Amino acid sequence: MRIKTLLYNIKQGFVNIKRNKLFSMASIATIAICIFLISMFYAVVVNFNYMIDTLESKLCVTTFFDKDITDEQIASLRETIGKRAEVSQIVYKSAEEAWEEYQVIYFGDKAELAAGFKDDNPLANSASFSIYLNDSGMQNTLVSYLNQLEGIRQVNASANTASTLSDFGKLVGYVSVALIIILLAVAVFLIGNTVMIGITVRKEEIGIMKLMGATDLFIRSPFMVEGLMIGIVGAVIPLLIMYPLYNNLIGRIMVQFQTLQTVTVFMEAGDIFKVLIPMALIIGGGIGLFGSIITMRKHLRV
Amino acid sequence: MIILENVSKSYSAGAPAVNNVSIHIKKGEFVFIVGDSGAGKSTLMKLMLKELEPTSGKIYINGKYLNLMKHRKIPMLRRDIGMVFQNFRLLNDRNVYDNVAFAQRVVEAPTKVIRRKVPAMLSMVGLAEKYKSYPRELSGGEQQRVALARALINNPPILLADEPTGNLDPKNSWEIMNLLDEINKRGTTVVVVTHNREIVDAMQKRVIAIQKGMVVSDERKGGYL
Repeated sequence: MRIKTLLYNIKQGFVNIKRNKLFSMASIATIAICIFLISMFYAVVVNFNYMIDTLESKLCVTTFFDKDITDEQIASLRETIGKRAEVSQIVYKSAEEAWEEYQVIYFGDKAELAAGFKDDNPLANSASFSIYLNDSGMQNTLVSYLNQLEGIRQVNASANTASTLSDFGKLVGYVSVALIIILLAVAVFLIGNTVMIGITVRKEEIGIMKLMGATDLFIRSPFMVEGLMIGIVGAVIPLLIMYPLYNNLIGRIMVQFQTLQTVTVFMEAGDIFKVLIPMALIIGGGIGLFGSIITMRKHLRV
Repeated sequence: MIILENVSKSYSAGAPAVNNVSIHIKKGEFVFIVGDSGAGKSTLMKLMLKELEPTSGKIYINGKYLNLMKHRKIPMLRRDIGMVFQNFRLLNDRNVYDNVAFAQRVVEAPTKVIRRKVPAMLSMVGLAEKYKSYPRELSGGEQQRVALARALINNPPILLADEPTGNLDPKNSWEIMNLLDEINKRGTTVVVVTHNREIVDAMQKRVIAIQKGMVVSDERKGGYL
């Protein structure tokens, strides 16, 4: 296709949208709503996963050793545990380090109060491993494994918080995907209807074009442009709304609910929109194009 | 130029719309196809344009064998045939210039060619002054001349006119027929489907008469049966 012809057909695509203003606007609005919701779900899911990741990186399983364990045995345990796939990092804390840490937390500035324990470490049997996980969902598996290892006296894990969080994250993800699929189907249906009306309005013109020897591509391209443009405009609108809204909302949450700051970390708008902008444009343009193509296959026999 | 060999077309179990028709039209000929409503004239036209497939028989248009033609080749076949209709089929939202230019855009002609050819074609059909007018502002005869200009702008070797004078008064009908005659004299093969007895009798061209889907007469310088 010549560039001039391409430009002519793009213009005809816009003419279609203009002729069919009401339906085009309805389709744009539907896609805009769909993409707005998709963007919201995306922002929620991404932030949720980000929070879980942040939390997971802080979560660890602590193990204490048997009384008579030797340094060699501890080193051997470290090597064995370190080979597990779910383990990301192991930090060893000796009994002395544990006592020093405890003194700082418990006695604070009054270090002299701990002088009585100078030669008698009350935490003598408290050397430990802090084992960090790659995936909080694997915590129970690791705890079971650690419990049956020789040389380990006690395993402390943070109940089931992490795996519950992880399960909840998955649930949010599944529900979002289901809703998004339904919304996308609605959007494809509406675009299809808009293009079908365009085809009906231009039926006579299409008939003449066919008899004059227009190629399939020439006849179809204005409708493809129409679908694509509706999709892209439908994607740009929610992006323009979302960006200031996201920044504003996160700012307000952090100011109004300061206590949340200790447990929640939100992603920067820039990081989210780096993915969201191309994703929304591809989804918008894609459903626009897909809607027009399936409608043409059904209603535009060339 | 146009060859139909034992062509039949049936739509359903009933009598065929076209029944074992054989027609040979040479390059540069002017042919009238006459017959009553429902005789099979429109089916014949649709077969030539490959809008319909024959049930049996062979069709050749400008050296192209239509029976085995692939779908993607159909646009090239139709570029060989200019079409004129009884109801003109102009685009009412476009002016005269754009209606004629439309045929060129459809075949993806360069803009400079369109700018050169459209005014020349409008001059040929006597509508150079009215290039900005919309179809609703033109008389029936003028609208048919626009349709003729549109059909001829891509220089097709064949012109098919389906009842071109059906909606026109006698004066305009003659003007259109004289234009078709002129076009034929310039080398275009012209096939006119018509009911207009007066014109057919007066022009003394080849006349193919069809009744109940069959060719009942084919005369070199004939008249309406």
